[in-house]
Amino acid sequence: MKRLSSEFSLEPAAAPAAARSASGSGVVDFRLDNGLEVVVIPDRRAPVVTHMVWYRNGSADDPVGKSGIAHFLEHLMFKGTKAHPQGEFSLRIAEIGGQENAFTGADYTAYFQRVAKERLGEVMEFEADRMTGLALTDEVVAPERDVVLEERRMHCDADPSAQLSEAVQAALFTHHPYGAPIIGWGHEIERLTREDALAYYARFYTPENAILIVAGDAEPEEARRLAELHYGKIAPRGAAPDRRRPQEPEPVARRLVVVNDEKVEQPSWQRCYLAPSYRTAAPGEAEALDLLAHLLGGGQTSLLYRKLVLEEKRAVAVGAYYMGAALDETRFYLYAVPAPGVSLPDLDAAIDRVLNALIAEGVEAKALERAKTRLVADAIYAQDSQATLARWYGAALATGQTIRDVQEWPERIEAVGAESVLTAARKQLERRRGVTGFLLPADETAA
Amino acid sequence: MNASLANPVAPSAVNVRELLSPRGVRFWLVEDYAVPLASLEFAFGGGAAQDPAGKAGAATLLAGLLDEGAGDLDSQAFQQALDEKAIEISFHAERDHIGGRMRTLKRHLDRAGELLRLALNAPRLDEAPFERVREQVNAQLRREANDPAAMAGRAWRARVFAGHPYGLPTQGSLESLAAIERDELTGLARRLIARGALHIGVVGAIDEKRAAALVDQAFADLPASGDLQAVAEAPFAGLAGVEIVDLDVPQSTIRFGRPAVPRQDPDHIASIVLAHVLGGGTGLSSRLFREVREKRGLAYSVSASISALDHASYLYGGTTTKNERAHESLAVIGGQILDMAHDGLSEDELEKGKKYLIGSYPLRFDTSAKVAGQLVEIQLEGHAPTWLVERNARIAAVTMADARRVAERLFGDGALSVVLVGRPEKV
Repeated sequence: MKRLSSEFSLEPAAAPAAARSASGSGVVDFRLDNGLEVVVIPDRRAPVVTHMVWYRNGSADDPVGKSGIAHFLEHLMFKGTKAHPQGEFSLRIAEIGGQENAFTGADYTAYFQRVAKERLGEVMEFEADRMTGLALTDEVVAPERDVVLEERRMHCDADPSAQLSEAVQAALFTHHPYGAPIIGWGHEIERLTREDALAYYARFYTPENAILIVAGDAEPEEARRLAELHYGKIAPRGAAPDRRRPQEPEPVARRLVVVNDEKVEQPSWQRCYLAPSYRTAAPGEAEALDLLAHLLGGGQTSLLYRKLVLEEKRAVAVGAYYMGAALDETRFYLYAVPAPGVSLPDLDAAIDRVLNALIAEGVEAKALERAKTRLVADAIYAQDSQATLARWYGAALATGQTIRDVQEWPERIEAVGAESVLTAARKQLERRRGVTGFLLPADETAA
Repeated sequence: MNASLANPVAPSAVNVRELLSPRGVRFWLVEDYAVPLASLEFAFGGGAAQDPAGKAGAATLLAGLLDEGAGDLDSQAFQQALDEKAIEISFHAERDHIGGRMRTLKRHLDRAGELLRLALNAPRLDEAPFERVREQVNAQLRREANDPAAMAGRAWRARVFAGHPYGLPTQGSLESLAAIERDELTGLARRLIARGALHIGVVGAIDEKRAAALVDQAFADLPASGDLQAVAEAPFAGLAGVEIVDLDVPQSTIRFGRPAVPRQDPDHIASIVLAHVLGGGTGLSSRLFREVREKRGLAYSVSASISALDHASYLYGGTTTKNERAHESLAVIGGQILDMAHDGLSEDELEKGKKYLIGSYPLRFDTSAKVAGQLVEIQLEGHAPTWLVERNARIAAVTMADARRVAERLFGDGALSVVLVGRPEKV
């Protein structure tokens, strides 16, 4: 098979892990007195540890008019503290042969290092220090703002596919801040200031609002001792900030968004539906959506692939993806690449026919079994990677799920009945709940 | 079965054994029972460099088809068989080899072995999947047609390796793919999928006996040797020149490079350290990162590293900068390279560079699939299992004298072959 790379970069899936970590001993979680939640995921197969701090805030928490501040702050977190001036942390990581990076999502911002296990205390010290010790000057902020603008230019302004994705999100979320790009709108990035960053920092970067994840070759008791030592001394600030975003009203209109650009040689189609997340869904509903995504577009045996690529030959690629790990109502994606000579309206209608047929005829029992097999196996495969486990636990906890939710996920997947999947399809795949996006060359219209 | 031929303990605590199956297939094994799964990675020497003339992309199509039906199972049946047990089998074409991987839960190992055996020994290469896979590659090429990064890479390789297979894209072009016929892929498979240049790594909840049986099942019946065309050493053209590919975008995507020390050369290790100091690591603390991004805000990312192929070795790097300042990025990059050519590097840079490369090595070994991949990569580079320990020792042994001498060799007169996609000013 030939997999086309996905056109848009997606945040990590909700799929969490099974009960036992790779070392056989279980996941340990506890809370420090100052409110910091700590999760230890032992895996002793390589003398490496993945150390992550997740803050429960993301681009959806950007104040109005200041889109991009969460992401900008993520960049600025590398600019040094009073105790450790700019570059010292990164140089130290480089010295010990570690890897470091950070990422901003709509609902969380995370910082991580992967280092030799003996270095755990050291990275904790640095990370704990920059939770409250960031020291920013205008001289440092200005060039970094330019860097972010370059990043936006590189990923967006030159890329019609990225522009379409942004437009689709903006049309799907007419009110909720998920409709703004994580990196922010260009005209608002330009006006972000040092004060904006510090205000956001003071509000969200507190121990009560953070989750520490240590995965890899670390003994839970030793990890606890080090966490107490380095993070425990951070004064509690009071309850974690209340994250109340303006919620998306019930959609009533199906939407079509079209981007024409002379750089487009290969048209493509996407659709994004508003759907409940693991946090907002009724019991079993999100699990049903995870299965539905796999049934519809999870590979070459999926429904859309069989119908559109193999039988009707209207598409060369199709896929589906459910972003279940989100704090608020989230996105259920479909995407497809038309076969030569097939117009996007034609493809669009064909996809709707397949979806309607599914809703009318129901879910095939064998297909459901295969989907469950795959998702449950994913949970086992995940145990093989400390970094994967750390990300999955982190994303889940930062978006309102619990450790137990994560660990019992495979059972809940197994328990989903065909009827639930059908109900989820019927409810969530209504045209008016979705935005369709067409990516076209300059001289074609979406007739 | 022979006893293990080597038994080194790697710094990453990975215990690799080099083994021979009952039917004479060599493989490397790491047993690890922590997670109930097994990962198998393998590579057949050959790859895209073996594409027939005018048919660039053939190896890519072949790799894309090997899991699209085998034996009595047509494409859908094969994919369903994989899906039913969450078995993963896939193939990919690189310049010098065709690689493959298999991953399975331990309890489905038998079925996984059967399916892998079929894919390798009896691929159907049916007409419908052939057309479909080709069209998928076409779609990918169309998507990339105006993507600056893809354009820059292609243009750079076409310029530098003109007239050599390395100058052609591994995925081919719309024209070359259209010219490929299905029967030609059958011939290509016969030439490439053979035991002669095969390297295998097995990692996971699987013991010696079971692993040997798996390896025999999948590989033992393949032809003893393939039929590889000789590939010449690649030229390196276009030094001290900048080629601009016009594209109406706000940023210039830059790719630069110059010839480097061959993989087999004793100085290769020192050159890796030098390239790291220049533009390597995670990119957050190299010279280029400091000068281009940190100090001047010219780019989001900038990097450089050594690419070592079977018939070429070169320093290769890139960045993306807005059109108005692209000339600045080029000047800064050129300046840093010249700087290192003349003055080498500081003691501090050398020590830190070595420490990073040594300390980061274990991070390549923290999942079964990654370990299996490393085992194959080490074999492709021509090393023994002792490399897992030796590699760090060789890096540690690079002296300042070595570094200075090799810096002159690597960076020379600082001339670069540059391709730039965008609308740069003052270039």
